[in-house]
Amino acid sequence: MIKLTIDNKIIEVAEGTTVLDAARMLNIEIPTLCHHPKLTPFGGCRLCIVEVKGVPRPLTSCTTPVSEGMEVVTSTPAIEDLRKTVLELILSDHPNDCMICEKAGDCALQELAYFYGIKENRLEGERRIYKKKDGNPFIERDMEKCILCGRCVKVCEEVEGVGAIDFTYRGFQSKICPTFEKDLDCEFCGQCIAVCPTGALTGKAWKQQGRIKDTRETETTCGYCGCGCSLTLHVRGNEVIKIDSREDTINEGWLCVKGRFGYTFINSPDRLKKPLIKRNGRFEEASWNEALDYIAERLKKIKKEHGPDSIAGLSSARCTNEENYLFQKFIRAAIGTNNVDHCARY
Amino acid sequence: MGTGGIAAGGAEVINAFRTELEASGIKAAVSENCSMHKVGCRGLCAKDVLVDVIINNNKTTYQYVKPDMVSRIVKEHIKKNTPVSEWVAGEDYHNFHKKQLKVVLSDCGSLDPEDIDAYISGKGYEAARKILTSVKPEDVIGIIKASGLRGRGGAGFPTGVKWEAAMKQSAKQKYMICNADEGDPGAFMDRSVIEGNPHAVIEGMIIGAYSIGADKGYVYIRAEYPLAVDRLRKALSDARTKGFLGKNIFGTKFNFDIKVKLGAGAFVCGEETALIASIEGQRGMPRAKPPFPVYSGLWGKPTVINNVETLANVPYIIRNGAQWFASFGTEKSKGTKVFALTGKIKNSGLIEVPMGIPLREIIYDIGGGPEDGKLLKAVQTGGPSGGCIPADMLDTPVDFESLAKVGSIVGSGGMVVLDEDNCMVNVAQYFLQFTQMESCGKCVPCRIGTKRLLEILDRITKGAGKEGDIELLEKLSSDIKAASLCGLGQTAPNPVLSTIKYFRNEYEAHLQGKCPAAVCKALLTYYILEEFCKGCGACIRACPAKAITGEKKKLHKIDPAVCIKCGACFDVCKFKAVKKE
Repeated sequence: MIKLTIDNKIIEVAEGTTVLDAARMLNIEIPTLCHHPKLTPFGGCRLCIVEVKGVPRPLTSCTTPVSEGMEVVTSTPAIEDLRKTVLELILSDHPNDCMICEKAGDCALQELAYFYGIKENRLEGERRIYKKKDGNPFIERDMEKCILCGRCVKVCEEVEGVGAIDFTYRGFQSKICPTFEKDLDCEFCGQCIAVCPTGALTGKAWKQQGRIKDTRETETTCGYCGCGCSLTLHVRGNEVIKIDSREDTINEGWLCVKGRFGYTFINSPDRLKKPLIKRNGRFEEASWNEALDYIAERLKKIKKEHGPDSIAGLSSARCTNEENYLFQKFIRAAIGTNNVDHCARY
Repeated sequence: MGTGGIAAGGAEVINAFRTELEASGIKAAVSENCSMHKVGCRGLCAKDVLVDVIINNNKTTYQYVKPDMVSRIVKEHIKKNTPVSEWVAGEDYHNFHKKQLKVVLSDCGSLDPEDIDAYISGKGYEAARKILTSVKPEDVIGIIKASGLRGRGGAGFPTGVKWEAAMKQSAKQKYMICNADEGDPGAFMDRSVIEGNPHAVIEGMIIGAYSIGADKGYVYIRAEYPLAVDRLRKALSDARTKGFLGKNIFGTKFNFDIKVKLGAGAFVCGEETALIASIEGQRGMPRAKPPFPVYSGLWGKPTVINNVETLANVPYIIRNGAQWFASFGTEKSKGTKVFALTGKIKNSGLIEVPMGIPLREIIYDIGGGPEDGKLLKAVQTGGPSGGCIPADMLDTPVDFESLAKVGSIVGSGGMVVLDEDNCMVNVAQYFLQFTQMESCGKCVPCRIGTKRLLEILDRITKGAGKEGDIELLEKLSSDIKAASLCGLGQTAPNPVLSTIKYFRNEYEAHLQGKCPAAVCKALLTYYILEEFCKGCGACIRACPAKAITGEKKKLHKIDPAVCIKCGACFDVCKFKAVKKE
């Protein structure tokens, strides 16, 4: 264990802990934009700088590992002044159109601008102007709002293992984009949206659907597969307008394309709510009992006329173990055939 | 012949000599006694191409040699032993070398860099042999520490201390990297060392690798240095053939080999953590230190990164002893430093001087002072990370501490001389253009801050500066220095701060709409002085904008509304009647 003091408070933490994590254990707030607890430290936004005794220049607390006897001060007039300059610089290259931004009310940059009281900007200058061009139905990229914190790049690489995007160009022209600046063509898991601290990455599905203050949150479990990821439904009135997941869940807040974006069927007029049975060449609504009886009757008939091996069962690897167990039991014991498989075992 | 010599026509001159010597039968007749050597850069770029003719140990140096001069040199000097006196290098050439002290460059310009035997015959690789066969790593580090050698890449970190830290790491795999990603505008020290004496760098790396316990090395070199890369690759392959690299070097148990990694043109890759990222195949972006590379460097292993010049010093220190090296320089800055002397100076070129030499001696005794009798204004040292030292501070000794004290740095060794025709705001603007473009984009202060600095400088030079801009430049500069992630951002504002510190009046003049050096176009007006104008019409003919009118032998006039301020009239007027201010 390593013993150090942060703002005159003594704390003992495990070796390898960063100063930022140690400070958070003490409930000391340090502003950050590029840091994400689940991703490797970046050290780019420079907001988490702190003074360390004996070190001539401020250090980023998110990248600095603790050391024995370290004396850290997290806030001094000089440090706060530097943080303010950094924020002014970021805002000088930001559209600042918070009133129409999807992220308003939930934006880390907006919060910091509020707390640091940045209204006028001494450092106004050229702003990056980009054309929006993505044709995909999931992810809206507004790169003018990008602060190059690199979280999206890291989540794509470190969590998803996809690496669809990266930094390109240099200096002021630096930009995060897919290879050769093509349209985004990835798995569309939307993890990048989940970690983006600003309105640069948002979901197309929840565009102009409602502000955070207008929504209720409902915790539920994703029904798409056996993983059972926890979902947070953001509901406005009686309508789900957005889905995300909290970090303290079994899936650590990560979701896939289906869980995150696959909810618009809920209020779709095409949604199937009752079983349909084809009669006289047309689908007709039926009750569940009717439908299940019909299936049982047909299976029995086929088995009798053609034998059990004329029937096969194909299930999904994404179902729960219990469901798959029941399914093979049903096929083997009730139908009487070994013709059973699932999609991951071809 | 370095890149500069070849660009000046060195290759053609060599061919001319070869043809001439063969045609005249000299080579055939006295081949045992006559030989021709192509050698590394000698430093005095301004006088290229240089040719030495040595007859019975009598050396005569010719300057500005062109292929058509060769036949006369061969006929009169080589055949009849009468030197062609009007082409012989004069006082400038000798003065240029008089106050220099050459350690790293001692063999550049006298030995053939492509011939390993030439290096060996001058005691080359003896230092490495001695160290590997009879000296313990900790004792080598002791020698380097005692010599007082500090990193020549810019920061001046003691080399022995760095090696010691890496040596003490218990990791099985360690790396030795030579940083040859020289990128400062106007700097060509490392390039010339590798072009002129690549084996000294390799020998330095072998000694360093042995001391820290590394068996793999990299030279990270700019792809824009093709000749240096070629010579380095040849030198590495020759060294491998001789058994100086590879397994069981000099019959010992020590194995070490070196790979060449070409940089892709990013200035920031000279920063050690960005350089490591680049070798690993990542985007060249620095990461926060600590941990320092000696603890966790390439692929997370202990890694020493030394600059080319630092490593090239090592074999000479081992050969001549730590005391010998420490006898040069000042108390804290030992040895010599190579500088690329450029700008408004007569003898531009590559020089090596003892640390602590007054800047004045470099500028006037070695460099011959500003060109055309112009007034010296300042000397910019340390490239885009450095600062400007004004003419009235020329007695400043050139060493790590003294230059830092006056707001500049030794840096990697760029030294640009500025005269009265240079606008200091424009100079700061030039360097900021460079650094803001080369910022990797990772951290906010550097990415956006340098851009804003440049925008403010742009508007000042365009006459659109606002009151408070100078103070804003100072504030933003100091914040960028304090908050940036790596050395690039931490030093990028230096040219702004040092020019404001010493030439604040020039900034103020710009805010009032004047550029005192008459450089910033937007602030200039061209007009014709009545008392000097002869009405010759030369300016009218030269003006591309048809802004000048006037009858023959009568006063001409420039219409400021039409004038595009190109300066063509100024250049063409023989009577100095065109004035700009």
